[in-house]
Amino acid sequence: MNEAFDIRNMESHIEVHKFRGGAIVGATLLALMFQAFVPVYFAKAAMIDLPLLITIYFGLSRRNPSTGLLLGMVIGLLQDSLSGPTVPLGLYGIAKTVIGYLASSIGARLDTEHPAARFALTIIFFGLHQGIVLLTRRILLAQSSVWFTMHLAAAAVVNAIVAVFLFALLDHLRKS
Amino acid sequence: MAGIPSRHKSIFLLAGVVLLQILLLALQIKRDSEGRLIRVWTVGAFSPFERAGNHGIGHIRETWRHYFALQNTSRENELLRHENDDLKMQVNQLQSKAIEADRLALLLNFHKSHESVPMLGARVIATSAGTASATIMLDRGSKDHIRKNMGVITPEGVVGKVVEVYDNTSEVLLLTDKDSGVGAMLGNSRVQSPVGGAGEPLLVMKYVANDDVVNVGERVVTSGMDKIFPRDLPIGTITDIKPGNPFKSIRIRPSANLERLEEVIVLLTLQPLQLNQEPETAKPSSSMASKPVAETAKSPANGNAAKPAPASVSPAPVPTSTNAAAAVKPE
Repeated sequence: MNEAFDIRNMESHIEVHKFRGGAIVGATLLALMFQAFVPVYFAKAAMIDLPLLITIYFGLSRRNPSTGLLLGMVIGLLQDSLSGPTVPLGLYGIAKTVIGYLASSIGARLDTEHPAARFALTIIFFGLHQGIVLLTRRILLAQSSVWFTMHLAAAAVVNAIVAVFLFALLDHLRKS
Repeated sequence: MAGIPSRHKSIFLLAGVVLLQILLLALQIKRDSEGRLIRVWTVGAFSPFERAGNHGIGHIRETWRHYFALQNTSRENELLRHENDDLKMQVNQLQSKAIEADRLALLLNFHKSHESVPMLGARVIATSAGTASATIMLDRGSKDHIRKNMGVITPEGVVGKVVEVYDNTSEVLLLTDKDSGVGAMLGNSRVQSPVGGAGEPLLVMKYVANDDVVNVGERVVTSGMDKIFPRDLPIGTITDIKPGNPFKSIRIRPSANLERLEEVIVLLTLQPLQLNQEPETAKPSSSMASKPVAETAKSPANGNAAKPAPASVSPAPVPTSTNAAAAVKPE
């Protein structure tokens, strides 16, 4: 918290948000459950990366890089664990750790409360997340993947749209 | 983390967390042909040091082996050099013995070819001390029944006659001595004339008339007229003929190698002898005695006269000088 206060002192116009007890944990678990079970019944829902959106949101809101990257790591590793044996632990963990760090860092310097900013940042972070996953696949797993497809572009937009609404919903979990 | 500025703490934390997860990935990933990625990385990380260490140790080992450990090599070389010298000496001794055995075998064979003639084998133990005379000293003397004026031959031809006899030694005047002479005749025309020495390697036939037909290369044999040597023992071959007044000047190359005599045969009688067989039947080529056994065995195309004794090919029955001497000793 001291670190957060330091940041706040430097950027005095940016507010550090706090959440109700269990909000982060509950939101994370719900996101993972949704990611794991909904696509079973609605395949297109797999396009939405709710754990990523949760990572981005709490990173931007808490604005503490350390907690942001740790939260991203935990969410990513849990997502890896739920993704089956074909996905090694660390694939999403690395990507979401980096995203959590970057979201926290950016959130400490920019106003990310506006829906347009959230939309744009979600698209950027989604693309970055996909890039890190792809690099990890190529370099560490020696798996070939394409850098860009229209499906990925559409997924980025869809996730950004979902993020705008999701983030607005999650804003209600903040302490007033 | 205490010395790190607070704004950089998160960066280090990020790096640490990412690194941990990369390691986590590496622990799980298993490449088809290379095993788990952590192993691949570990091997890849350590192998350069291992290679460097191995190369360094190998280099040190090679340096030690080729430079510092040369002391042992030098000592070993010295031992090998000594051993090589000993072996060379042994080879020379064996070659010498083989040559000697070859010569003795020829003597034995000659004796078998003339069993009716009493003869004794003897070894040359010395030569004349100066160039004024051509004599040799034998290791047999009066105790071995050697008497003055006995003939001395080799399987190749006439050597000379005994001029002095001692108890255990005797002295032989060679044909090449200026005072030496032997009754001889031409092999083809049977023209008789004494042959004597001239103080040089070649012999001289002195009394052949200019009218007599003589050819270079013709054999000269003993005539038996000197009462020392039996008839038809080879003396030599004519090498040069010059007309003279009133006799031709004929030079003869001795059949026996008078410059390299080691073993000879002494004819143990002063009575006229008649060889029951052509002596050349047992005569080897003149160079045979000086050749090693193995080399002699390789030259089978010398005709009857050059046929080596079986003992010269097979080393088993090779007689010693004592055996040879005993073999040719009269009963």
